[in-house]
Amino acid sequence: MISFTDVTKVYPGGTTAVGGLSLVAPTGKITVLVGPSGCGKTTSLRMINRMIEPTSGTIEIDGRDTATLDPNELRRGIGYVIQSGGLFPHRTILDNVATVPLLLGWSRTRSRQVAAELLERVGLAPELGKRYPNQLSGGQQQRVGVARALAADPPVMLMDEPFSAVDPVVREQLQDEFLRLQAELGKTIVFVTHDIDEAIKLGDQVAVLRVGGVLVQLASPAKLLADPHDDFVADFLGRDRGYRGLAFAAAPELPLRDEPVVLLGSPVADGARIAAGDRWVLVVDEARSPLGWAEPEVLTGVIDRHHLHRGGTVARLGGSLRAALDAALSSPSRRGVLVDDDGSLVGTVRAQDVLAAIERRPEGAPA
Amino acid sequence: MKWFLGHLPQIGSLLLNHAVLALIPLVVGLLLAIPLGWLARRYRLLYTPLIAGTGLLYTIPSLALFILMPLILGTGILDPLNVVVALTIYTVALLVRTVADGLGSVPDEVLQAATAMGIGRVRRFFGVELPLAVPVISAGLRVAAVSNVSIVSVAALLGIPQLGSLFTDGFARDFVDPIVVGIIACMVLAFALDLSILGASRALTPWLRTSRPAVGRAA
Ligand SMILES: Nc1ncnc2c1ncn2[C@@H]1O[C@H](COP(=O)(O)OP(=O)(O)OP(=O)(O)O)[C@@H](O)[C@H]1O
Ligand SMILES: [Mg+2]
Repeated sequence: MISFTDVTKVYPGGTTAVGGLSLVAPTGKITVLVGPSGCGKTTSLRMINRMIEPTSGTIEIDGRDTATLDPNELRRGIGYVIQSGGLFPHRTILDNVATVPLLLGWSRTRSRQVAAELLERVGLAPELGKRYPNQLSGGQQQRVGVARALAADPPVMLMDEPFSAVDPVVREQLQDEFLRLQAELGKTIVFVTHDIDEAIKLGDQVAVLRVGGVLVQLASPAKLLADPHDDFVADFLGRDRGYRGLAFAAAPELPLRDEPVVLLGSPVADGARIAAGDRWVLVVDEARSPLGWAEPEVLTGVIDRHHLHRGGTVARLGGSLRAALDAALSSPSRRGVLVDDDGSLVGTVRAQDVLAAIERRPEGAPA
Repeated sequence: MKWFLGHLPQIGSLLLNHAVLALIPLVVGLLLAIPLGWLARRYRLLYTPLIAGTGLLYTIPSLALFILMPLILGTGILDPLNVVVALTIYTVALLVRTVADGLGSVPDEVLQAATAMGIGRVRRFFGVELPLAVPVISAGLRVAAVSNVSIVSVAALLGIPQLGSLFTDGFARDFVDPIVVGIIACMVLAFALDLSILGASRALTPWLRTSRPAVGRAA
């Protein structure tokens, strides 16, 4: 647990970067600091590992005041990831990852072995270990940055906009892997971003700061979307808050309809017969995984992959209301496709059924 | 050519003298320039006076410096130490700025990452900053090496034996062969030094010679 108690940072020029911040980052959870540029996110983060000393107030990690600890020893126990990795250009990937273990006095063999395991863990091929950072893509470098921060298995991780220098597709991928990794590792993480969508996606709790380093609201993402503290938070959260909030609401049992299906590669006539007067028919593979919708009337021959309408999203049974609603809204047949954990079709749902489920939720803010 | 073959041992010893007189100041100058360059980077207030001050040293004419040295050091006029100290001053003059620029070329986020990992200041300097400054420093070192080789020959006017002695000798006897041999030997020496520094710098910076192969896995 990391706790800020009335922490203030005034820079020599007189800028108050952080003003009386009190906040607790619980053990094993991701706490996201989010806010506009210059609101003191980086300053707050760097006061935790004492790269910046607070002007006043105390920061404790598991009850120990960091001001009383040796800065270098403190830092070796805290993983730190920054934008674009900050990798050492003159060291191989493996040696980059092995940095902190070597500093801690582990043997070279053991450090390298741990480093190799971590590369695999963050989804990098082992042979990349021999390369230098400039031989990796931005996304790969960012993964190495995460691996390096994890190398000595620190209980605490600080991350400063770690995914903001990569393109949106890679960012999403890195975020998903980060969440998967955190589910395994359960680190105490303080994560800084100026991207509210990233904050909502990754945070167990989100701290919204405004310029001057003042904490405006600290809440779970669902609570934040449902009940912003003031106009500043509401504006910062942006549009579609109701819809985005549905991402945090697990879908209750929805009235599923059986969906007639046709196998990919079947004659179009079969599709037309199965559709039985309906314009659209759902196409699946042997494992009953939905592939897309086909429109038999306008097709001839056999149903081929390139005939499929790809617009419909697929929701997982027991997933969020948002996913279920989106599946219905995006489907050309207006029937949202639901699958089980293995990806096989379990049935379809209509938007009106999802809306009815939304309406049935208790009024007011979620927890 | 005949003169050259007949005087090989003598030329060889002059070449060796020349090389030593050029090299010692290069090494000592580099060792002095590193802490000075570090100071110039570390303390902003010191940057301008250090860079400007050392830069000014380079404008002192070499002959004047050679002649002044015995007065300052209390050495004899023929003492090679005069040349060594004078050239060290020139080397420092050239390299302080180079070292400061080299250290300044290290990306800020790399330094911050090092600090954040708990790498102490001394370890960070030798393990991260200096290795990354090698390309810039070695470029400056190559200039200093070639410049040293050429300035050493001026010391022939004071009677300190090295390749420059061939110029004064040939000039005095109105005989062109030693002059030509002296020039060629100087060029060969300068070229050899330049190549060795280049080679050493390449050996120290393997990461700069990596072409980016095809990306191994997605992202
Ligand atoms: N070393 C410094 N000296 C003086 N002022 C500083 C220094 N570092 C940051 N500041 C100021 O403190 C304030 C907070 O800076 P900080 O870097 O913590 O913001 P941030 O929230 O991380 O912003 P961004 O999203 O742009 O990274 C800003 O006004 C900034 O200009
Ligand atoms: Mg910042």
